[in-house]
Amino acid sequence: MKALFYPGCSMQKNARPYLDSLLAIRADIDLELQEIDDWNCCGATEYMSVHRVAAHSLIGRNLALAQQQASDSDVLTAGCSACYLNLAKTDAQMREDAHLNATVNEALAAGGLAYQPGSLKVRHLLDVVCHDIGYAAIKARVVKPLHGLKVAAYYGCQVARPDYDGRWDCHEHPTAMDQLLRALGAEPVEWSLKTQCCGGHMSVIGPEVAFGLIRRLIHGATQAGADLVATLCPMCQLNLDAYQVEMNKHFHSDYQMPVLYFTQLMGLAFGKNAGELGIGKEFVDAAPALAKIQAEAPKVAEAKRKRRPKPSDGLPPPRME
Amino acid sequence: MSAAAVSVSGPKDFLSEVMAGTPGDNRLNHCIQCGSCGGSCPSGAEMEHTPRRLFALIQAGQRETVLKSNAPWYCVSCYYCTVRCPQNIHITDVMYTLKAMAIRAGLYHDAAMPGFSETFVDYVEKYGRSFELGLATRFNLRHHPLSLAGMAPLGLGMLKRGRMDLTPHRIAGMAQLSAILDKAKALEGATP
Repeated sequence: MKALFYPGCSMQKNARPYLDSLLAIRADIDLELQEIDDWNCCGATEYMSVHRVAAHSLIGRNLALAQQQASDSDVLTAGCSACYLNLAKTDAQMREDAHLNATVNEALAAGGLAYQPGSLKVRHLLDVVCHDIGYAAIKARVVKPLHGLKVAAYYGCQVARPDYDGRWDCHEHPTAMDQLLRALGAEPVEWSLKTQCCGGHMSVIGPEVAFGLIRRLIHGATQAGADLVATLCPMCQLNLDAYQVEMNKHFHSDYQMPVLYFTQLMGLAFGKNAGELGIGKEFVDAAPALAKIQAEAPKVAEAKRKRRPKPSDGLPPPRME
Repeated sequence: MSAAAVSVSGPKDFLSEVMAGTPGDNRLNHCIQCGSCGGSCPSGAEMEHTPRRLFALIQAGQRETVLKSNAPWYCVSCYYCTVRCPQNIHITDVMYTLKAMAIRAGLYHDAAMPGFSETFVDYVEKYGRSFELGLATRFNLRHHPLSLAGMAPLGLGMLKRGRMDLTPHRIAGMAQLSAILDKAKALEGATP
């Protein structure tokens, strides 16, 4: 499958392991990525807080360039949740709001560009991997199943919400990454916080708020018995990993929950070496958790079927409490 | 200024202004004051007004109270309120509108909150890309100088792991991007 690719600023540096692991596995899943030439920052959640129309025009330049450079795919994918949502939001709101569409296109014209909303399908990388490549094709590439590894699938906020194009099964408890983890041989844990906020930019502008949110997630994953958290967003990874260390200092706690990208786990299952996947660049060392991966599939205890008691005739005997 | 200060504009004016500044069918005038938004908000406890109260104040034309509230700045853009709102109000988008209006009116709770957004915007307008080291350093120097020493281990950890650039990257089409953004801002000023 071929897709246009918007890496975004984070993937260039702070989330470099995400990009490296994606590039390492793309051939295995037959994903051909065409990077948008000379893309600009998406503005994250900040630009929109200052200039509304300019924010959509900033994003509009990326959409216009993608439309212009598209050769044989109309799918535009991004790995970062904020980048993905910004691209999807501008496309959706230009479709919905004729005035915004006209204004953004007038601004783009000042740079010799134009964008026809709806001409690209904006999709998060996890969506493409799970729904287009598919679990069966992924499972077929697994040479080193992640047997014995318990993983908390963490989706964060901005992929499953607001979900302009109805790509996900649930806004609050999506299951795509859990199914992907199962295809890799890992065991996704049951937990209720998979789309709760990681703190976003609060880790910088209001750290105490962020620390509370980070602790809730890390504590939840720990309680659910996870060996590590799998994520799909650079901001989530940064907050849960690098700021986990700061959070521990703040609360005098000692959580040690590694946080890796789902692409890194795919790479491990495909037999790539850890260094190639950027594993080792995380703040909370993932090595102890990854040592749990077993060479053999865990034996599922043969469940002995208990024979149901034969229904006796008539009513059951009265019980004395 | 007391929180109860009566605004000069009438109730309808302010609601219309907020709605006009929010793209798409934002449905802000359909709020039924159910409180699903505040109950879903991860930082609701830190807000001076939950979204529900903020929307009642908007309906009542309390411009200054609304634009001074810390609530929009504590919004983390998680969209829980947006997907749970029984009236399909684009709550997160309304929060962006309120932030931009507060900056334009010079009314905000704490200069550090818009300061982060504005510093981010400065780097994007200069280079076309964000620049984390510059952003973190400039923001903290200006707003939280005492926390700089405390953040040093994190910054050094990022550098050691090759996860932070020392210099910004400038896109090739910077002149094109500037022309687009200048035009957009001129059009934004002209938007009712």
